[in-house]
Amino acid sequence: MLAKEIERAGVPTVFVTSLPTIATMIGANRIVRGPAITHPFGLAEEERRRIVERALEMLAAEVEPTTVWEVEPA
Amino acid sequence: MNAVHYLNQFFAGLGGEEAAETPPTRLDGAVGPGRGLAAALDGIEIVATLACGDDYFAEHEDEAVDRLVALVEVEGPDLVVAGPAFGSGRYGYACAQFARAVSDRLGIPALAAMHEENPGVAAADGKTLIVPTAVNVAGMRDALPRMAQLAGALAAGRELGSPEEEGYLPRGFRRNRIAEKSGAERAIDLLLAKLEGETRSEVAAGFDRVPPPAPVADLSTALLALVTEAGCVPQGNPDRLPTIRAQGWLRYPIGSEDSLVTGRYESVHGGFDVTLANEDPNRLVPLDTVRSLEQAGRIGAVHATFYTTTGNGTPVAASTRFGREIAEELRDAGVQAVLLSGT
Repeated sequence: MLAKEIERAGVPTVFVTSLPTIATMIGANRIVRGPAITHPFGLAEEERRRIVERALEMLAAEVEPTTVWEVEPA
Repeated sequence: MNAVHYLNQFFAGLGGEEAAETPPTRLDGAVGPGRGLAAALDGIEIVATLACGDDYFAEHEDEAVDRLVALVEVEGPDLVVAGPAFGSGRYGYACAQFARAVSDRLGIPALAAMHEENPGVAAADGKTLIVPTAVNVAGMRDALPRMAQLAGALAAGRELGSPEEEGYLPRGFRRNRIAEKSGAERAIDLLLAKLEGETRSEVAAGFDRVPPPAPVADLSTALLALVTEAGCVPQGNPDRLPTIRAQGWLRYPIGSEDSLVTGRYESVHGGFDVTLANEDPNRLVPLDTVRSLEQAGRIGAVHATFYTTTGNGTPVAASTRFGREIAEELRDAGVQAVLLSGT
């Protein structure tokens, strides 16, 4: 709901979550799938970097409502 | 049984936009789409058609509703049907408000028909039965039989089944009923259906949609904020963020930090095992990464405050409020992009 309300205010927001199905259901628009509930930005720094980069890419992208992006494995 | 049908000036054949100021008018019998509706109705006759200009209704809503309801009262029908208005906003709004007033004031069952994104749906606020239609008049042939079917159910006075069974839009509430199968059996049925490619749910989503805002034009000059629902707070949770069912959100300064250092931050989220998160809180709020991207010039700047709450067990209304409040702060601070993490 936070993602949706912040986007409603006009600020592009990427929601990084390991539960994109729920994020889609509530209507978040920019969703990046994180690896796990306990560490949505991954365990290692290198993985975190890839997830953040993917999220930045999505912030700069035109998207359809409730779009989910995967992070490419290393 | 008798029905009264409502149309706007255009569908009633009174004229286009030039006739949009037409005040409430009564016409004999079925008119325009009402003829197709009459053909689809079983044992129900359309005795009169009421029409009103879309602009007239919008500009004189109270008066228009009063006069239309008075006209319905004279007819004393068993049922009132409005539309279909398809995607037309003014028309859909009028249909919804009229139908709602008829059932509220006269106790006569009423339904309207329009596209699910018509503003009339929001105006009805779940108080009017609405049959979903296509967005434009090309959907007329499909809409009329479905309107007739629901009209038949209303006229019969029987208790309506679910929106799915009866063909109307969900009205935003849940009704208890006795299920024939246990929850376990129904869950297995849903699972088997999903394996065959059909995803169904017993829990209606019921969430509105927000159009995605335009993307960030230039990240290298953008102010980026970090927000989390993962319950990340300074070690010891000085402000007592609840581990579940948060009543609010918190903000913490990070302007002078390069990383959420282990032992200085922790997660108090009660919905998952926080061991891995507490080993390195950047796994929840990636300050270390975004700070290095800021230094590399990829991001303009990292907002000097991060926002946090726990997202588990939080009612929708509460988390919507948190979102609005945080959004307002972010906007006031000139934040142009947000990285939000949830668990």
